[in-house]
Amino acid sequence: MKDFFIKKKKYATVPSVKARQDVPEGIVRKCPKCKKIMYVKELQKHLFVCQSCGYHYPIGAHERAEMLFDEGSYMEFDKDMISLNPLQFPNYMNKLESDRKKTNLNEAVWTGKGQIEGYDCAVAVMDKGFRMGSMGSVVGEKITRLIDYADKNSIPVIIFSASGGARMQEGVLSLMQMAKTSAALKGFSEHGGLYISIMTHPTTGGVSASFASLGDYNFAEPGALIGFAGRRIIEQTIGEELPDDFQTAEFLLKHGQIDQVVPRSELRTVLGQVLSIHAEGGVSGWDRN
Amino acid sequence: MGPELDFEKPILELKGKIAELKQFMDEKNIDLSDELNRLQERLITLEKETYGNMTPWERVRIARKLTRPTTLDYIPMLFSDFVECHGDRLYGDDPAIVGGIAKFHGHPVTIIGEQRGRDTKENIMRNFGSPHPEGYRKALRLMKQADKFHRPIITFIDTKGAFPGKAAEERGQSEAIARNLFEMSWLSVPVICVVIGEGASGGALAIGVGNQILMLENSWYSVISPEGAAALLWKDAGKAEEAARTMKITGSDLKNLGIIDKLIPEVLGGAHHNPKEQANIIDHALVESLTELSQLTTEQVREQRLAKYRAIGNYDRIQEKTNQSAFSYSSERQ
Repeated sequence: MKDFFIKKKKYATVPSVKARQDVPEGIVRKCPKCKKIMYVKELQKHLFVCQSCGYHYPIGAHERAEMLFDEGSYMEFDKDMISLNPLQFPNYMNKLESDRKKTNLNEAVWTGKGQIEGYDCAVAVMDKGFRMGSMGSVVGEKITRLIDYADKNSIPVIIFSASGGARMQEGVLSLMQMAKTSAALKGFSEHGGLYISIMTHPTTGGVSASFASLGDYNFAEPGALIGFAGRRIIEQTIGEELPDDFQTAEFLLKHGQIDQVVPRSELRTVLGQVLSIHAEGGVSGWDRN
Repeated sequence: MGPELDFEKPILELKGKIAELKQFMDEKNIDLSDELNRLQERLITLEKETYGNMTPWERVRIARKLTRPTTLDYIPMLFSDFVECHGDRLYGDDPAIVGGIAKFHGHPVTIIGEQRGRDTKENIMRNFGSPHPEGYRKALRLMKQADKFHRPIITFIDTKGAFPGKAAEERGQSEAIARNLFEMSWLSVPVICVVIGEGASGGALAIGVGNQILMLENSWYSVISPEGAAALLWKDAGKAEEAARTMKITGSDLKNLGIIDKLIPEVLGGAHHNPKEQANIIDHALVESLTELSQLTTEQVREQRLAKYRAIGNYDRIQEKTNQSAFSYSSERQ
């Protein structure tokens, strides 16, 4: 009798969970971490951070640009750049086309310039909604052009990474984008340029192993997955289960790989501080006294 | 020569027949040299046919042969006075990457190469040629040293990729790879990279940013191994053969894509059939490349390398539906 009762109770809860999931995405969203349901409008006000548990929802490039820059201060570069199919990879062009419609972006990275706390910056924002934010020729080229622009105009570069890594469908050309972007950053760095890397969920594979790890300052959003190899492959290779916090922003902080984990609500403030410190002339500033 | 692969079986059988016939002739003291010559000619034709038309997957399997010469096999055949240098001065010494200084035709060079094992025991010691962060950092230390003493750098790429392990992540393998790409791009000495076996992902690229990229005919180089690509793209690692074809990973594919500078021919059947002869062929290619690069000033060496990577990419603009790359890497590379 007791068993029957429990069974029945279990059964009865199923439809209610399902019903909750059926609520249209556009009006409310359920936090994947604490399951709290929030109105999208409310979430938006809080930069898509769960007010109950602090979970940072992944956001698209357009939303990021909107919340990052001083109001109305930004413009986009190379918006019309699109991928070709260098390997003649089956179905690649169709997949790109459907992601273009889905994200309202032509590729997995948005680049442009704008002001943050009054400082001019060249900014790239990756969007995991487009081919999992993977880096192929266009992502590599847009980021390299952005760095070149910042170099010529002597302004800082800020890159928000969100990527599964190199894009498989462009094979070795994707791999070479890692070298191309890193080489551009080296030249920029040699000329005294400031580069701030912000790793968001997820920053993995070839993006993690190139520009994302090369910041003069490396910051990460709370809870972001950051690493080179995939968790499942590591578990299979070494034959042991990995800790829950493995490859999170907090794990990287503990292991000395990043400067700070910065909550989204504090990001503009932290960036403003770094930018303002760099706007001063370093040692030479003392000459004026 | 190691275990033969399935597509090599007819060659093995024919070789067996020839040996049998020779033995028969010796034992019975009968002259069957006409028959013997016929079989030997057939063997030559068969070998040319088999090894001359290998599929990408067959090349991958040749590249993975345990008997295929490794970095440490080539070093004594190509260089003199090799002094091996260990350790990254930060954490440890990675046996999956070897490096040091030596002379090449009497001139000083720095050598860095990925090292897999030639048997199971050695493979365990060398971690199957998959480096840890300390390996990349050792390589970078030696490259900076080469830069200081104006020595050209020769790297040998032979890895299934960076090691997917817990410790490698904890010690920042992303950063270690990224840092090498960053620093290698700016070196003021010539860097020549030779893919001698397998070249997968960041593990290969981390010692692969060079002025010239050379590749042995039966080696492969890509963003990921064929098995990894098949698993990621089609959720089926068994489709590796298809991935080897689709991903365009062989030396001739990469030459066509404009990624590598020279395709180094291999002795018939693969480098393992005659390592000494193979070393000679590599030697010629290296001499040629170093002669070309020695014409450049230090500034030009850096500029040439930067321009080479800056030009890699294939893209278009939405407006111009010309299906042409806006910045053609192939024409830029000439």
